[in-house]
Amino acid sequence: MILQTALPSRLPAEHLAALRAQIAQVQAARGPVLPFGLLQIDTRLASGGLDGAALHEIAGASASWSDDAAATLFAAGLAARFAAVQGMTVLWALSRFDLYAPGLEQVGLGPGKVLYAQGRKDSEVLALAEDALRDGSLACVIAEVKAADQTATRRLQLAASDGQTPMLLYRRHRSRERSPLAQPSSAMTRWSIAAAPSTTLPHAGIGRGQWTIELVRQRGGNPFSLLVEACDDQGCLALPAAVADRATAPVGASIRAA
Amino acid sequence: MREMGRRSETTDHPFRGMACDDGGPAGRPWPVHAAHRESDLRTRPLVLITRSGQRDIVTAACPVALDLGLRPGMAAAHARALISDLDVRGADRTADAAWLNRLALHAVRHWTPTASACDADGLWLDLTGTTHLFGGEDRFCRGVLRFLDRLGFTARIAIAATPGAAHALARFGAHTVIILPPRSEAQAIADLPLAALRLATDTLATAGRFGLERIGDLYAMPRGPLAKRLGLKAVERLDQARGLVAEPIVPVAAFEEPRAERRLLEPVVTAEAINHVIGDLLADLVHDLQGRRLGLRTAVLTCQRVDGIDQRVAVGTARATRDAKHLARMFAMRLDRIDPGLGIEVMKLAAPRVEDVQPVALGSGLLNTQHTPDVAPLVDQLAGRAGEEALFRVSAIESDVPERAVRRMPPLATTAGWPAWRRPVRLLHQPEMLTNVVALLPDHPPRRFSWRGTPYRVSAGEGPERIHGEWWRSAREMWAVRDYFMVETGGGERFWLFRRGDGIDAPTGDLSWYLHGVFG
Repeated sequence: MILQTALPSRLPAEHLAALRAQIAQVQAARGPVLPFGLLQIDTRLASGGLDGAALHEIAGASASWSDDAAATLFAAGLAARFAAVQGMTVLWALSRFDLYAPGLEQVGLGPGKVLYAQGRKDSEVLALAEDALRDGSLACVIAEVKAADQTATRRLQLAASDGQTPMLLYRRHRSRERSPLAQPSSAMTRWSIAAAPSTTLPHAGIGRGQWTIELVRQRGGNPFSLLVEACDDQGCLALPAAVADRATAPVGASIRAA
Repeated sequence: MREMGRRSETTDHPFRGMACDDGGPAGRPWPVHAAHRESDLRTRPLVLITRSGQRDIVTAACPVALDLGLRPGMAAAHARALISDLDVRGADRTADAAWLNRLALHAVRHWTPTASACDADGLWLDLTGTTHLFGGEDRFCRGVLRFLDRLGFTARIAIAATPGAAHALARFGAHTVIILPPRSEAQAIADLPLAALRLATDTLATAGRFGLERIGDLYAMPRGPLAKRLGLKAVERLDQARGLVAEPIVPVAAFEEPRAERRLLEPVVTAEAINHVIGDLLADLVHDLQGRRLGLRTAVLTCQRVDGIDQRVAVGTARATRDAKHLARMFAMRLDRIDPGLGIEVMKLAAPRVEDVQPVALGSGLLNTQHTPDVAPLVDQLAGRAGEEALFRVSAIESDVPERAVRRMPPLATTAGWPAWRRPVRLLHQPEMLTNVVALLPDHPPRRFSWRGTPYRVSAGEGPERIHGEWWRSAREMWAVRDYFMVETGGGERFWLFRRGDGIDAPTGDLSWYLHGVFG
C-alpha cells in the first residue's frame, strides 16, 4: 500500500515516449555543440562542449592587460573554430578598436574571416550583435562591451537561439576591483581567463603560453578551473604535458548543480 | 540554362537579346537593305507608301524610281499607273524612328556626346570640339558616310554654325557634304526654297501666295509685317537659321537611370500605406533592373508632399542587388525619416548608382558542396544601423612597421594575410615608454623594467626582431631601427617591447625602450 501511494500510477509507455521526444526536441533546439577536444573540459561541460546557439560570456580574470589579451585570444580561438568551414564569417562588434589583426590571424581567425563592426557605444554594439545573430548567416558573433545587464544578455541569448548562431560576449573590466562576471546574466557559460607562467624551455626563448581558464558558471553543470596551453594556429587549446598524461578525473557532468 | 541565374530568379540565354553593337553577334543585324540592293541590281523601282486620309501617298522612292519620275508626295495610285512593274511596300515609321534612335545612340557613344534624332529622317550631331579627334571635319564626314554606306544608308551631311542652316543645307544643298564656314549662314541658305526653313505646310502655302519662294526673299522684309503674315514661328525659324536666336539640341541619353514612379490618387500618411507604395515601386524597379541585367548600389526614394516639399531617403548596398525583399527591409528601417506631413502625393524611386549583375553559374548539385551564406544583406542591415564606415575588414599592407601593416577595407573586399611572425593581439595606439630598464646590449631582452609605475621582472625573452625605418616615407626614419623583443614576466604576462637603436650605431636610435603590444 505504501508503495502504491508513493507511485500512484505507473507511467504508461506512451507518456514516457512523449517525454523522451520532448527532451530530444529541446536538445535539438539547442543547436550544434562545439567540443573543445579536451576530455578534461568536454566531460565537465553540461552539453559536452560549447552550445552553438547560445550566449557565452568571456572576461579576463583581472583588469590587467595580459589577462585581457588572453581572454581576447580565447574568444578569437573559439570563433576561429566555429568558423572553420571555408567561407564562413565572424562578426566582431566593438566600440574601441585596438585589436591587432595579425595577432588574431595567428589563432586561426584570418582577415578574410572577420568582419568588424564599430559601434559608438555599448548599447549600439549590443544592437549590432543582436541583428547579426538574428540574421543567422554568420559562423559566430563576438561583442566587446563594458556593461550588459540581465535584459541585454537575455535578449542576446534569445537572438542566438533564434538565429542558431553562437554568441561570445567579451566583457571588459570597468573598474580594477569588480569582476564583470559578478553581475547576473543569462549566459549559458561564463568563462574567466587568466594568463599563467609558461613552462620554461630548455633553451633560450618563449614557448607556448599557458592560461588558467575558469568556468565561473554554467547552466546545468558545475564550475571548474583548469590550466591549459594557449590557442594554436587553429584556435585549439591543449593540456600542458604534465596534465595530459594524467587520467581523467572521475567527476563528470553527471553531478549536476541545481 | 536551368543552372544559370541568381538563386532567386531564372534567366534566359545570356547572349540572346543583346544588340549586335553591344557586343552580341547573335542579335539583330544592322539594316543592310537587302531589298534595296536587290532592286538596284534588278532595276525594279521601289516606293514606300503610307495611308493618308482616303488615299495612299508615296513617302519614299528609291533612286531608280526617282529617275523614272516618281516623287515622294504623289498618290500611290498615280505611281502605279505610271510604272507597271513597281515594287510597293508599306512604310514603317516606328521602325525608322527606332533605327534613327539607335544611330543617335551610336553617335553618342562614338562621335560626340550631344546627338539626337531630328524629324523622321535626320540626326543632329553637335560637333563642337570633337571633329579634331577624327582628323578634321572633312575626314569626319567622309568617315560617317562610309560607315552609313556599309549599313546600306545613303546620307547627306551639312556642317554649319546653326542647327537651322545645317538642317536646310543637308536637305536642300547641292552637295552630299557641305561644310559651311562660320558667319556665312545667311548667304549660304539665301537661295534655298522656303521649305528648307522647317515651316508648316499652311505657312508655306501662304508664303507662296505672297510670292515668297527663296529664303533670301525674307531678309529684306520688315519683321513686323512678316510675323503678321507668316506667323511668329516663321520669324523664329529664320532667326534660328541665321544664328540670331539660340537653338539647343536635346541629346539622347546613352543610359537611362532605372526609375519608377507612383502618382497617388489620395495622399498617403500612414506607415503601412507608404510601405505598400514602396513595395509597388520596388517591384517595378526590380523588373526594370532584371530586364537590363543591372543591380543597384544606391536607391533614392523621393516623396513629394502635398505642400510641395520633397522628402528624400536613400539606401546604399554593399553589393549590387535587385532583391526586392532585401531593399524593402532596408527602406523599412529608414521609414521613420520620412515626415509625411499632410500627405504624400507622388513617390519616385530611382537608382542613381547601378552595376552589372550578370547571371552566375550555380553548382551542379551533384557534388555535396557546402552552401556558404551571403553576408551582403547583413552588411547592408548593420550599415543602416551604425553607418557605412562602421563596418570594415582589416587587410595587410606590405610594411614591416607594425602600426602601418594594417589598413581598413570595405566589408566585402578581399583581404590579404600577414607573414607568420609572432604578433600581439592588442596593440597600443602609441608605444609607451618604459623606465628603469635593465638590459644587456646589444641584443638581449631586458631583465627588468617598469611600465605605468609597476615594476616587472622578466623570466624569459625572445628576440630581437629588427625592423628598419622606412626611409622612403620620411628623412627621420633614414637610419632608424627598432629591435623588438617578446618577453614573459614572472606572472605569465607577455609583452612586446622594442628598443630604438641597434645598440652599436648612434644614429639608429637613442636606446630608449617602449612597450608596444600585449600577447595573450
